[in-house]
Amino acid sequence: MSALEPVIGVEIHVQLRTRTKMFCGCELSFGDPPNTHTCPVCLAHPGVLPVTNREAVRLALEIGLALGCEIAPRSIFHRKNYFYPDLPKAYQISQYDVPLCGRGRFTAVAEDGREIPVGITRVHLEEDAAKLMHLGGSGRRAGAERSAVDFNRGGTPLVEIVTEPDLTSAADVAVFLRQLRQTLLFLGVSDCNMEEGSMRADANVSVRPAGSTALGTKTELKNMNSFRFLERGITAEVERQRATIAAGGRVVQETVHFEPETGEIHPLRSKEEAHDYRYLPEPDLVPVAPDPAWVDGLRAGLPELPQALRARWVGEMGLSHEDADVLTESPELAAYFAAVAAEADPKAAANWVRGELRAQLRERGEEPWQGNVTPARLAALLGLLADGTLSVPGAKEALAEVIATGEEPAAVVARRGLGQISDEGELTALVDRLLAEHAAQADQLRSGKDKVLGFFVGQAMKATQGRADPGAVSRLVRERALGG
Amino acid sequence: MVGLSAEAQIAALRAGEVSSADLVEEQLARAADDPWGSFLRLDADGARARARAIDAAPERPPLAGIPIAVKDVLSTRDIETTCGSRILEGFRPVYTATSVARLEAAGAVVIGKTNMDEFAMGSSTENSAYQLTRNPWDADRVPGGSSGGSAACVAARQAPWSLGSDTGGSIRQPAALCGIVGMKPTYGAVSRYGLIAFASSLDQIGPFARTVRDAALLLSHLVGRDPLDSTSLEWPEPVRVPTAERLDGLRVGLVQELMGEGTEPGVREAVERAMGVVEDLGGTVVPISLPSSEQGLATYYVIAPAECSANLARFDGIRYGARVAAETLLEHYEGTRGALFGPEVKRRIMLGTFALASGYYDQYYGRAQRVRTLIVRDFREAFAQVDLVASPTSPTVAFRLGERTDDPYQMYLADICTIPVSLAGLPALSIPCGLADGLPVGLQLAGPAFSENRLLDAAHALEQAIGFDTLPPGVEG
Ligand SMILES: [Zn+2]
Repeated sequence: MSALEPVIGVEIHVQLRTRTKMFCGCELSFGDPPNTHTCPVCLAHPGVLPVTNREAVRLALEIGLALGCEIAPRSIFHRKNYFYPDLPKAYQISQYDVPLCGRGRFTAVAEDGREIPVGITRVHLEEDAAKLMHLGGSGRRAGAERSAVDFNRGGTPLVEIVTEPDLTSAADVAVFLRQLRQTLLFLGVSDCNMEEGSMRADANVSVRPAGSTALGTKTELKNMNSFRFLERGITAEVERQRATIAAGGRVVQETVHFEPETGEIHPLRSKEEAHDYRYLPEPDLVPVAPDPAWVDGLRAGLPELPQALRARWVGEMGLSHEDADVLTESPELAAYFAAVAAEADPKAAANWVRGELRAQLRERGEEPWQGNVTPARLAALLGLLADGTLSVPGAKEALAEVIATGEEPAAVVARRGLGQISDEGELTALVDRLLAEHAAQADQLRSGKDKVLGFFVGQAMKATQGRADPGAVSRLVRERALGG
Repeated sequence: MVGLSAEAQIAALRAGEVSSADLVEEQLARAADDPWGSFLRLDADGARARARAIDAAPERPPLAGIPIAVKDVLSTRDIETTCGSRILEGFRPVYTATSVARLEAAGAVVIGKTNMDEFAMGSSTENSAYQLTRNPWDADRVPGGSSGGSAACVAARQAPWSLGSDTGGSIRQPAALCGIVGMKPTYGAVSRYGLIAFASSLDQIGPFARTVRDAALLLSHLVGRDPLDSTSLEWPEPVRVPTAERLDGLRVGLVQELMGEGTEPGVREAVERAMGVVEDLGGTVVPISLPSSEQGLATYYVIAPAECSANLARFDGIRYGARVAAETLLEHYEGTRGALFGPEVKRRIMLGTFALASGYYDQYYGRAQRVRTLIVRDFREAFAQVDLVASPTSPTVAFRLGERTDDPYQMYLADICTIPVSLAGLPALSIPCGLADGLPVGLQLAGPAFSENRLLDAAHALEQAIGFDTLPPGVEG
């Protein structure tokens, strides 16, 4: 039998960053006391009616446009019926056969530059359920003494993005989701916080013989709240399906759950998913028919998205795909980098922003765009490094000072005397002293052991707290020792 | 004063012949003496307080101080609202329906909530979980339904006018059976916000009154776009209180399908006499056909239950209303909904659940929607030939209490004349056009969307010419 390759599609739910809920005027909140953002509409009191949030439609349209989707001239809402205490109407208002945004495409780019094209099936609007809290016992539903419902989240606008089964590895899924998330962050449509549940992903996983085009039976891996867990979960599920088939079994269509602690896959009890949602066109809402001029305006107003930015940075600045990927992690970071790169060598800027700057700031819990290191200051620092005023260690020290004080790099260098020593006379005296102090090593050097050169450069740096120009020291050691 | 039309009560109040407090007190006294079972509850204290406040206020809004009764399907803040169901027993809403709020803003005083079939499902008000309502023309007969209480109270002079809701005929049919005027406006004319939904794509709020002019006046304060109801419409022109006396040039189509065997002879005769009056007033009457309307009943009994199965799913006893204690979630749902919904409500929820089930959707709901489109087309074609269509409102006069409770199909037939209009979303009204065996017969007039003014004009001219006496024999004027 030929090898079995994975076929994966994902469904992503994203909470939109609107001011108010999808169908009522309650403000969105996170972390407020339970049931403080509710009204008769989102509590489904008798007689209430939903009213579509235009801002949510706008954000969903922007997502659709950014993913190259066709925008439906007239989309409708449906009721998805099921009983559960977190769903006060006992139906979720969602979209079914006529979603707001139809077919589109999103091409992720792996670290090695390989393209991962993913077809977008649809992007539609719906409302989130409320939050159930299980009190007493283990905090899970089973064994809880009682359950309570917090309706603050109920009715939060959600967008569901569904992809074609175009992904073929767990690693590609992770790249796709990460870059999709970046795009959503650049659009400003959601905070995409997976831990707080504002972005959630499910994966449909199946396997098929390599080269085949038929789809195998899929399982649904539900509600993973981190990309890492999702990647691990998909890997585990693919292995489980391969093992099942290898043992002569068949994959059953079901919903499965990944246990991150044990790495195991468990099917969810089939009773829980025996839903017939009895979709019904929502008679309380009129169709969403966005004015084409409005849509055109939204399209024209889209920001430069990370995919485009990355391609441009790789092409024009010579950044690696990996650098470009990391630097487009968030719109703030990308804007910060772009500002630095405009005033300094882009590759050096990429190195320092990704590396030293973030490392030093991490200890303070700050992000580059938040603290004292404005893009202009970092660019100035990189300028001092480039023109030889600062050595690398000196630059790191100067950066620490800028972070702490907010002073200009040049002022820090002057005040702290961090400037690189390149004065010939000063360095010659130093080198002569070192050659005298370390006569044995000087002899080795004279006998042709070039490696000892590094020893002297190290000693020179030590003696000057890293300020000596290492190139000049190296040259002078040769000259003075060998009498060149 | 209780014998006066709302219009006459307004005039008396303006002339200072009576205060709102006195007027409300008189109506409350009549409403409290309720042999008909019209009211589920009165808000006597609230009504008195409002009347006194209106009497004291310098401003006189158009309906200042005039009492009104409201069907218990409408949400009224702090006043228990049960929709005729045990599952909402004790429920006090936190907000008031837009329709009621608009009338209150115009000065009307709500005196109480009227009886109805549970969740507006029924044609006799016998499906109320609380009480029977009797027809003021014959206490052994039904008032019609589902807005039976709102119709009976106006016929019995317990209120000058009232609000009802009409999904398949729930205003027009009881108006016909109780010998008063009832109107279902164009779908979208009146905000449904606060109307406890039965079938959302059909439900409309409308007035009951003893005169067409009162019905028009009440309607004029109800219509218009409401930001809380996406399906409500901007009203193209003000609703006028009609003055027409003639019907010159008016073309009326008499629906042949509704004048056949299924309609009682006495009803047919009264409607035919009314057509004679149309011609006397200068109009012309032509027979017309609405071929698809014969599928109206079947179509309605797929669409309405399908929508109701979703609309009523929220009544789970978790957030409000009554509940039955249980150990598990499933037992809670089954216990609460099983014990607290009545048999007709459960029947329709089951019908609708089945009609929407995976694999059956196209066969039932999908097909019903297609027939609905055909019915809309029938009416469009009819209105290419005539201005209004006429038919009996109900194929029979008021039937006896208990006569149809064991036979749902016979009960459903009571709405056979009103349902096609509802499916098409058109405005229609019922006016009394005579008696058959001593019981009122209703004439239904329907027009194109937004033709309310034309309908009201025609109804007013006919009403004046027919001269029907709306006072039931046993009721004090
Ligand atoms: Zn709300």
